[in-house]
Amino acid sequence: MSAAVAALPRRAWVDEVMGIPMSIHLRGPGVDAPEAAVAVAAAFDSLRDMDRIFSTWREDSEVMRLRRGELTIEQCDPLVAEALEIGSEAARVTGGAFTMLLPDDAGDLLLDPTGLVKGWAVGRAATLLADLPGVSACVNGAGDLAVVAHEDLPDTGPGAITWRIGIEDLADPSRTAEVVALTRGAVATSGTTARGAHLYDPAGRRMVGRPGSTTVHGPHLLWADIWATALFVGGRGAREAFASRAPAYARIEL
Amino acid sequence: MRRIALWVMSTLTLLVLLFSYHTSLGGSTTVASSIEALNNAPAGSSGTGSGTASSGTSSTKGTSGSSGSASKTFSGSTVQTAYGPVQVQITVSGGQITKSEVLQVPWGNGRDQQINSRAVPILNSEAVQSQSANIDMVSGASYTSNGYIGSLQSAIDQANL
Repeated sequence: MSAAVAALPRRAWVDEVMGIPMSIHLRGPGVDAPEAAVAVAAAFDSLRDMDRIFSTWREDSEVMRLRRGELTIEQCDPLVAEALEIGSEAARVTGGAFTMLLPDDAGDLLLDPTGLVKGWAVGRAATLLADLPGVSACVNGAGDLAVVAHEDLPDTGPGAITWRIGIEDLADPSRTAEVVALTRGAVATSGTTARGAHLYDPAGRRMVGRPGSTTVHGPHLLWADIWATALFVGGRGAREAFASRAPAYARIEL
Repeated sequence: MRRIALWVMSTLTLLVLLFSYHTSLGGSTTVASSIEALNNAPAGSSGTGSGTASSGTSSTKGTSGSSGSASKTFSGSTVQTAYGPVQVQITVSGGQITKSEVLQVPWGNGRDQQINSRAVPILNSEAVQSQSANIDMVSGASYTSNGYIGSLQSAIDQANL
């Protein structure tokens, strides 16, 4: 990174959305200007809107009301229908490794767009930060992150604002196993912990918990998120689908 | 010093912060100059402040020269992990994390105490090592539902608020 870029102002905002702390960082001149604050507020509002529509943790979200039959799809925000379309395409493209039908405690399959909503929401919020002259922004939603930059900023060369994204090294605490450097794009990491959360494998119809994590990086966080999930639960079929259908994306397996 | 379970270590990649900080030097440094200092390449030698010795493992990349930076200590929020509450404090000097200390760890049974005798120093030095790669943001999967990924990320956040 050039000394000039290293010396650029940087500012961070943090707020809790979807039950997790979400960070927005801006780098470049004018990060303290009112326009920047307005754009950041709009980005957080966008995240909250997505949470209001899609959260499976809030009984009053549109998806939960849809599940209970209180709303039809037509009555929901248009983003719900769009989510279902994306989910269908994701299931097809990933060879079935990605699904939006997840089992509840009783084992019944219910609509659950959680696997793509966070990445989709963070990616959408980031686009609201791309119109600040000279500014590059990164939105991080608990490990799924998107980097955008004003159109006048280059991707390479001395004026490029590069973000070094550290991927957690699960095997070695407090170390970063890999670094992905981006001027624009997205990084999503899918995985499970030693205890607790597991991901659903629709092919085996079981919850998958295995060590390690899968990181996918590429142009759009929505698809990086979908592929990271699909690759984590899926086997060779998912990897083959990824190799042939996602040429703009790369994966890191830890 | 309190101890931390090794399994917490194995999933803990990074550290947890409180949402408040205090400069370790006196109050003469303005917020604007502090932010500027944090964004400049660290000189490494200046601004160590009182009570926060620079860790020998910290990286001193970038140009030398006076950054005039004050060390800042950030105490992390307490995160409830599956193993109990974890809280860590980091010291940022010249835009780099130079030290990390565990303030509160799962205080469980005797096994936790045995395991932890090595774990805390390892955690401290490795946390600093990871920073030496000059990371801007963190991506990971572990404990996202507990906000765990927010810990090192929140250290970076707090350093730039």
